[in-house]
Amino acid sequence: MSRKSLISIGDFTKEEILHVLETAKEFEQNRVQNFLEGKVIASLFFEPSTRTRLSFETAINRLGAKVIGFSDASNTSQSKGETLKDTIKMVSNYVDMIVMRHPLEGSSRYASEEASVPVVNAGDGANQHPSQTLLDLYSILQTQGTLEGLTINMVGDLKYGRTTHSLLQAMSHFHPKFIFTAPEELKMPKEYKEFLDSKGIEYIETTSLDDYLNECDILYMTRVQQERFTDPMEYERVKDVYRLEASMLNNVRDNMKILHPLPRVTEIDQDVDDTPYAYYFKQAENGLYVRMAIISYLLGYR
Amino acid sequence: MSRKELVVSALENGTVLDHIPAENVYKALRILNLEGIENQITIGINLNSRQHGRKGIIKIADKFFADDELNKLALLAPEATVNVIKDFKVVEKKKVVMPEEVVGIAKCMNPKCVTNHQPIKTRFTVKAKGNDISLLCHYCEKISDTKGVF
Ligand SMILES: [Zn+2]
Repeated sequence: MSRKSLISIGDFTKEEILHVLETAKEFEQNRVQNFLEGKVIASLFFEPSTRTRLSFETAINRLGAKVIGFSDASNTSQSKGETLKDTIKMVSNYVDMIVMRHPLEGSSRYASEEASVPVVNAGDGANQHPSQTLLDLYSILQTQGTLEGLTINMVGDLKYGRTTHSLLQAMSHFHPKFIFTAPEELKMPKEYKEFLDSKGIEYIETTSLDDYLNECDILYMTRVQQERFTDPMEYERVKDVYRLEASMLNNVRDNMKILHPLPRVTEIDQDVDDTPYAYYFKQAENGLYVRMAIISYLLGYR
Repeated sequence: MSRKELVVSALENGTVLDHIPAENVYKALRILNLEGIENQITIGINLNSRQHGRKGIIKIADKFFADDELNKLALLAPEATVNVIKDFKVVEKKKVVMPEEVVGIAKCMNPKCVTNHQPIKTRFTVKAKGNDISLLCHYCEKISDTKGVF
């Protein structure tokens, strides 16, 4: 059995990314897969995230495996002071894989070093959430027919938004061009721009959503997340900075699709939902197939 | 005989660490685990150096280091030189080499990093651009600079 974990999107090579996307397509065509029958997978949510948990647990069930775990750490031995290491060592003895979400950054990497089974990171604080990145890639591939040479316009919180950072890292395999639409306070951090420079990837920065709306293949909208801010004043200044409405989409490219990691608040108006450009609900559904593919791959079945 | 030679030659057997930035001398003692050892240690701070402004020097009697131990010093003093003394003579002179990884000594500057909440040995990859050294945390993937971490 394979012992590979998925903690950060950088853990997968370009070939592994493409392999998982290919497998996800197979599962989308046939959701009934029972080849993990007899396996038990732990779903350890040290902080609540209903959306991600349901998606993973549905994926596990559709593969025929059983789930054990918790959806909130408040009743676990962790709340009684047990170390993360001890919890992981104990659970490792029972299961074939661990899916975990934890508020501390780096916790999943640490768990993967202590566990005797593969670990899938379902979010470690503001750090990484690789299954989100893979479902973003899957949705891009599905709507554009390719991942090569696309123009991606990332909008909103590019400073704290981990999904944009991981997507940028993953897309760097495929010769993209980036547009970063963000207010001054939430600009793409220097280290990511340096990363793009080192790979010779072009990017443009703007504060106006109107500027490049008509020049992109993917409009990747993000929510400004209050919990990422240490300064409440900074949050108040920027929380409603962009609002996409259907009337703004008259001259966009025909193939343009709008993605959003959800939940959305005010950044995408409801009237956008009925345009042919909205893809965020389908994107969320795609999470199921991609998570099935990740689990199958890490357990050595696909 | 110049002043510098005098300072160095006062040691019979041991190691002389030279060209340490004056402000990092005490941190250097810590990073090399020299606090609390019984060997005789002589420290010079704010000595004038032609190349490096004010420098510090540490002389440890009867102590010899493995290279990877010494190379930790590069994080605080990239220009440091090491003189191995036997019988009042410099038998070996070398420069420290920047280590690729730092395990168990620095502290991650990210307050939400798991290493600051659980009993975990820290691990960093060293990123050096000239004299600008930063540390990439193996766990939270955030960059720490070396000023706050020792
Ligand atoms: Zn860290």
